[in-house]
Amino acid sequence: MTLVLAALVLWMAAWLLNTRIAGSSLASSYIGRVAVPVVFGLSVLAIWELVVRGLNVPQVILPAPTIIAETFAAETGTLWIDFRQTALKGAISGYVIGCLAAFVVALAIDRSTFLRRGLLPIGNFVAALPIVGTAPILVNWFGFDWQSKAAVVVVMVFFPILVNTVQGLADTAAMQRDLMRTYSASYWQTLLKLRLPAAMPFVFNGLKIATTLALIGAIVAEYFGSPTRGMGFRISTSVGTLELAMVWSEIAVAALAGTLFYGAVTLVERWVTFWHPSQR
Amino acid sequence: MSQAAAIEAKNLDLTFETGDGAIQALRDVTLEMRKGEFVSFIGPSGCGKTTFLRVVAGLETPTGGEVRVNGMSPDEARRDRAYGYVFQEAGLYPWRTIAGNVRLPLEIMGYSRSEMADRVNRVLELVELSGFENKHPWQLSGGMQQRASIARALAFDADILLMDEPFGALDEIVRDHLNEQLLGLWEHTGKTIGFVTHSIPEAVYLSTRIVVMSPRPGRIADVIDNPLPRTRPLDIRDTPEFLEVAQRIRKGLRAGHSYGD
Repeated sequence: MTLVLAALVLWMAAWLLNTRIAGSSLASSYIGRVAVPVVFGLSVLAIWELVVRGLNVPQVILPAPTIIAETFAAETGTLWIDFRQTALKGAISGYVIGCLAAFVVALAIDRSTFLRRGLLPIGNFVAALPIVGTAPILVNWFGFDWQSKAAVVVVMVFFPILVNTVQGLADTAAMQRDLMRTYSASYWQTLLKLRLPAAMPFVFNGLKIATTLALIGAIVAEYFGSPTRGMGFRISTSVGTLELAMVWSEIAVAALAGTLFYGAVTLVERWVTFWHPSQR
Repeated sequence: MSQAAAIEAKNLDLTFETGDGAIQALRDVTLEMRKGEFVSFIGPSGCGKTTFLRVVAGLETPTGGEVRVNGMSPDEARRDRAYGYVFQEAGLYPWRTIAGNVRLPLEIMGYSRSEMADRVNRVLELVELSGFENKHPWQLSGGMQQRASIARALAFDADILLMDEPFGALDEIVRDHLNEQLLGLWEHTGKTIGFVTHSIPEAVYLSTRIVVMSPRPGRIADVIDNPLPRTRPLDIRDTPEFLEVAQRIRKGLRAGHSYGD
């Protein structure tokens, strides 16, 4: 009981501390902006630890953060193998293929009214298919290894990129297009010098949404068949053998990888679309 | 200066088909602009002054009549890079620097690298923007952005400059300054300029000829030869000659007008 009380006290203290920081002159400084989420995150972990220990929560329901950390440290070899299989091979290659394909199709759709009327609704339809339905089929087609996971990721990231790029390519002012016409600019010149740069903020919206979709797709697809490695494989088998600390370790890896991936795309976005009002 | 025609329009008609019927934007517009002239187009909104400029630029296709630009059709003239067009908004590309924006038409027209650098420097100096090459458009004031857009239209050697209310969105002081600069520029480049405006003093101050237009349908109400000398200090605007021309324009505008009836 004392541990639970300690958790309550800690919660109040952390709350008070964060309100103080947010209200002080530190709030707008770099230290302040980093401190608030760090204090919040650490206090959540500490309260989790105290409550789990204080109420004797069984490990199969919720392991304590320290237990998870222990497992994480002991199993880094396995976690790395799983990460390589799922994130690097499945998610990243699927992401790259899917984004490139969607981008090319978007250019084609933009150029032809016929394709816009025909392909966009089909894309819409495909995007509405549930991933748990299509993943087993793709695993059947492309085998158990990472290729089928990449295929699932391609299907998942394709539509958001497509829609955003098509919309972005249409996002130029009439005046800007007239200007290119007064120069007698060709289709490709207008595309390269006006429409693609103008579309970039939209494209990056799609790319950011796709990062999280890629990781989810690659993990979930492993539930339907995989070699004896991979994050999704490990999660489903570890749940079966009640090794919940291992499941949570994989979740931690997925969260870290997803955040880093998203962050990396955001950095590139800031570099490419520095001119956009949202970035400057 | 040669008296050859830079722009000739004969019995020009343009009808837009819209949802609620046809709108006649231009009716029977006949006009000749000689090389080196500075012609202003003035009139209330809907009088077709912008439409006329767009027809000359080949951005709209007339439904009747004929236009020749340097003796060619507007489309041929455009491909021949016969004119530079300055729009109401500066419309600079935010991802390009000021120098990059001025370089845009040169890149499209395939100038060499050293030629581009030379020309960019020269026209930026002409509009007094030297030193701002590496700024981005959003870092400049509206007047400076509009000057950069004029530099962009001057960068390639088109001998016709079409300007569609380029200073409409700017305040009076900036506008005076840019008017003065534009006159100087016209004087030492000898370009033919077509200039759309809704400001009477601006039209009188700048042009050698003023075309007064009236709306519904858009047509020419009066063409006034400006008797003012070519060199014009800003305070010429207080002379009786200036006021007389202004008065005649006002009368022309009123005659073609039909508000409220």
